[in-house]
Amino acid sequence: MLKIFLHVVRRDLLLAMRQKADVLNTLFFFVVVVTLVPLGIGPEPALLRDIAPGVVWVAALLAAILSLPRLFANDFADGTLEQMLLSAEPLSLIVLAKATAHWLSTGVPLTLMAVVCGLLFDMDHRSTAALVGGLALGTPVLSLIGSIGAALTLGLRGGAVLASLLVLPLYIPVLIFGAGAVGAAAAGLSVSAYFLLLGAFFLFAAVLMPWAVAIALRISVE
Amino acid sequence: MLEATDLCCERGDRTLFAGLEFTVAPGSLLRVAGANGTGKTSLLRILCGLLQPTAGEVRWRGRDIRKAREEYLRDLVYVGHLNGVKDELTVSENVKIALAVSGRQVDDAVVRRALDAVGIAHVEHTMARFLSQGQRRRIALARLFATPDAPLWVLDEPFTALDTRGVAALSQLISSHVGHGNTVVFVTHQDVAIAVARLQHVDLGGRTSVAESTC
Repeated sequence: MLKIFLHVVRRDLLLAMRQKADVLNTLFFFVVVVTLVPLGIGPEPALLRDIAPGVVWVAALLAAILSLPRLFANDFADGTLEQMLLSAEPLSLIVLAKATAHWLSTGVPLTLMAVVCGLLFDMDHRSTAALVGGLALGTPVLSLIGSIGAALTLGLRGGAVLASLLVLPLYIPVLIFGAGAVGAAAAGLSVSAYFLLLGAFFLFAAVLMPWAVAIALRISVE
Repeated sequence: MLEATDLCCERGDRTLFAGLEFTVAPGSLLRVAGANGTGKTSLLRILCGLLQPTAGEVRWRGRDIRKAREEYLRDLVYVGHLNGVKDELTVSENVKIALAVSGRQVDDAVVRRALDAVGIAHVEHTMARFLSQGQRRRIALARLFATPDAPLWVLDEPFTALDTRGVAALSQLISSHVGHGNTVVFVTHQDVAIAVARLQHVDLGGRTSVAESTC
């Protein structure tokens, strides 16, 4: 059971390494959005510090959406997804592995990049820590929820747009509590409630999504 | 024993076939024939469980494949229309990963022998992207050479893009696989003679009938 999980994670990471452009696109998009906002708003440090968590979180959300088609579309096109559906191992485990690999190649770089964003917006240490911690807990939720959108719209024309419409509403709680944690940290309040809620979202998504995605994939591949 | 009872398949609002019944015993080869658009690929996908039949059921060893999915998939190897080959992986990585994902043991020696048998051992470390159609087909077929213990093979146009020697090697593999008491179901438009003890036909062209011939 664990073996198939590791095999699929390794496979997807290997593919991501060999198609660096796809991964870098997402990161580049994130950096561009985050750096363009101050240019548009003006160089007022206090204002920028206030909007920083929102900007970084929204950029991370959009970057995650941008990377969704990568999850299943290529495997669907070349027939490897079909072979995954015919695996004797549980499909939900394969889905969980794919979402994990997606997080490792998208969520983790975004989270690391957020440290630099903290510096860029002149955030204090506590806020930066809350931002990075929130992203570390929130980005796996983005990958897991995103996988259901990607699976349901597989093989449809304009699937990417439809997928983003489907998953955006589900991303909103993560955005609210993730950005809220940074606001609380900046105001000197405890962030544990926000982190506990993000953790609860993560557990909920990790348990339910792979199973739902497995069903969605079986329907989409028909 | 692979059994289909009262299978019916509708795609869009067309009925491709209805009331299809056949039984394939271990040690027999089933050839699905029919003109383009008569539902051959759909039938194979139903047999694999990738497509739900509109009516009827498929049974393997007496159990509905939807209810005993895991056991069934452990026995099945499917080579479909799509090769399931990743452009960004090398030839041997492709075969090893495909075997691992299907839940089978990956033995380097077995993979090497399979690549050798299928005639692509010399490009083992080449990215699949640089290979020809025929060679990519061979990567998919290497999975068959690496799983001689799978009791059921379902092959959709396995001979496409192969040269004459490839066709000969594959038909020999199929005949020996069937000879060892396994079941093979396949679709082909090519006239390939495969020497087996029991050859069955399902003709999807217009009327559906099951003919049996022994050669």
